[in-house]
Amino acid sequence: MAVCVAVIAKENYPLYIRSVPTENELKFHYMVHTSLDVVDEKISAMGKALVDQRELYLGLLYPTEDYKVYGYVTNSRVKFVMVVDSSNTALRDNEIRSMFRKLHSSYTDVMCNPFYNPGDRIQSRAFDSMVTSMMIQVC
Amino acid sequence: MPRPFSGKGMACRGHHICSSVLGRKHRSLPRLLKTVILQITELCGAKRVGYFGPTQFYVALKLIAAAQSGLPVRIESIKCELPLPRFMMSKTDGEIRFGNPAELLGTKMQIPYLITEKNTFKRMDDEDKQQETQSPTMSPLASPPSSPPHYQRVPLSHGYSKLRSSTEQMHPAPYDARQPLVQPEGASTGGPGAKPPRHQTSLIRSFSVEREPQDNNSNYPDEPWRITEEQREYYVNQFRSLQPDPSSFISGSVAKNFFTKSKLSIPELSYIWELSDADCDGALTLPEFCAAFHLIVARKNGYPLPEGLPPTLQPEYLQAAFPKPKWECALFDSYSESMPANQQPRDLNRMEKLSIKDMADFPVPIQDVTGDDKQALKNTVDEVLPKDMSEDPATPKDSNSLKARPRSRSYSSTSIEEAMKRGEDPPTPPPRPQKTHSRASSLDLNKVFQPSVPATKSGLLPPPPALPPRPCPSQPEQASEAELHPQLNRAPSQAAESSPTKKDLPYSQPPSKPIRRKFRPENQATENQEPSTTVGGPASVAAAKPHPTVQKQSSKQKKAIQTAIRKNKEANAVLARLNSELQQQLKEVHQERIALENQLEQLRPVTVL
Repeated sequence: MAVCVAVIAKENYPLYIRSVPTENELKFHYMVHTSLDVVDEKISAMGKALVDQRELYLGLLYPTEDYKVYGYVTNSRVKFVMVVDSSNTALRDNEIRSMFRKLHSSYTDVMCNPFYNPGDRIQSRAFDSMVTSMMIQVC
Repeated sequence: MPRPFSGKGMACRGHHICSSVLGRKHRSLPRLLKTVILQITELCGAKRVGYFGPTQFYVALKLIAAAQSGLPVRIESIKCELPLPRFMMSKTDGEIRFGNPAELLGTKMQIPYLITEKNTFKRMDDEDKQQETQSPTMSPLASPPSSPPHYQRVPLSHGYSKLRSSTEQMHPAPYDARQPLVQPEGASTGGPGAKPPRHQTSLIRSFSVEREPQDNNSNYPDEPWRITEEQREYYVNQFRSLQPDPSSFISGSVAKNFFTKSKLSIPELSYIWELSDADCDGALTLPEFCAAFHLIVARKNGYPLPEGLPPTLQPEYLQAAFPKPKWECALFDSYSESMPANQQPRDLNRMEKLSIKDMADFPVPIQDVTGDDKQALKNTVDEVLPKDMSEDPATPKDSNSLKARPRSRSYSSTSIEEAMKRGEDPPTPPPRPQKTHSRASSLDLNKVFQPSVPATKSGLLPPPPALPPRPCPSQPEQASEAELHPQLNRAPSQAAESSPTKKDLPYSQPPSKPIRRKFRPENQATENQEPSTTVGGPASVAAAKPHPTVQKQSSKQKKAIQTAIRKNKEANAVLARLNSELQQQLKEVHQERIALENQLEQLRPVTVL
């Protein structure tokens, strides 16, 4: 149901970014980039490190006419940003949370791979397939 | 008399092509008279049926061969041994599709049939296919799936011997001839990607269904993903070299260093890890390690990596297929009897944990396997999962049968060789630098497998790619190994740091530090770049393992190093002076240039005006 999924590293460069309608990629990349400001704002507003599932989930970052952007940050300040279509009004908060949880667990699986250097682009096929499963419902 | 092949109006495209090819072929052959050709077409039944089905085509070719060899064109003449028909093919577009058969016609009569079968399969519409199946001439096509056991009995020959199909008014000889091809093809194309991507891969697809019943002792037709006994022992030994306790894990970093030695690219290794680490815990148990090792060996032998972990490499399968006996014979020398017993319950626990997950991920094992194969595999796998425990007698037999089968790529033997070679590579590292030669791995190569022989190592140590090649590698290497003994060589080692023999430190560190490698696997990576700080550290650890043989040469090597150092320093000084002189000259030249440009500018307006 997501239209675009991005994993941003702590230093705010993308580790993984993928959008479903591949022709408008630039627009999504731009949205993800601008949403990082909002993420940073929320993180700083959170104050001390709050290691709580609920705190990790940042919620709706900002809505545009067509899209809604949701954010999620991990303990290591790795951010997951998800852009969903506004027409998908049936999407509830819980579903978004569960999608982020899945993302997070796949991300940890990628981390466990000793051949993966933190900071590299994520090229794991398992991660790709998981993201595809999240996005494919749009089409 | 109607024109030859006119009646072969070609309802089906595939058959049309058959006939047109035949026609073209024949036209290009001045020797065969048209009447003979007519006879042939009559005999093979094409005229009667109205088109050249594969069988008719096949028979026609046989008759052509007979005619060319002077035999009378009659049905009986096919029954005897015939030389292959000779065709002069012109490579037109229509014939390119049969280009393969054209080449192969020189080799085997049967393959063109198979090719046409493939081509007709590929290009036939459904209706054509139905037409094919309906006609009585289709029985040969239907026969392969229906009589797999027959294949195994047919000898590998042109098989003119049997008449199989009774509905066939023409000759079953073609069909029989086809069968022996199936077996060698099936046997020789045991693995995915084993053949170059030619028609043979499509043959694999066509006959994969038949091939499966041929798998004598297993329900998994994915032979390359099956671990043989020797391979298993080898893997277990390697596991033990990395981690003495076979029931525990190999950590990620250790495994990474080890697998990096295989010289596969990092993305591939990453993918192999993903496949084999089923529980994604960043560590490998013995079955996971075996699976990973096996995948690496397969990849090195050229097999493409599968989309998912093949069923024979699943951890619970490996544990079931190689139960206690394996543990016992592999581990007896080092461990007590209680160890296997402990492992089994633990393994079973892991199996339970894993089984659900693995069932969920149950993969399509082989990459270039098509739909039918996948279906068949899934069916066989479903049957086999409950039979995992009963696979034990099957697998040793299977490994024997694996080797026994004649294959162009004899997987088991070559893979063993490759694996052995790879395993031996670390002990005797090749003198050339390796592509994925990370700093850590270069150290590990020597560390793991050569704890005690510094002298031999020095000649074999590869230069790390990061540093430029320098003169006199061997002596300084030996000397620098000696330098690690702090008692003897503090001074020269300090001196060595500052000299170009810095590069030798990577050589020097490995030979004496199998212990250190385990404790600080990552630190090694940085040590090469910081010789000054780390020589002291490793040297102190190395002190724990003195090398008496090296001490004898230490004094000589010290002197050699010192002279080398002096020479290099002098060269450095000379070059530095030269550099400064040249810089000055450059400055002067610049100034001159500026002056000239100024003059030019002054002069120019004068001339213009």
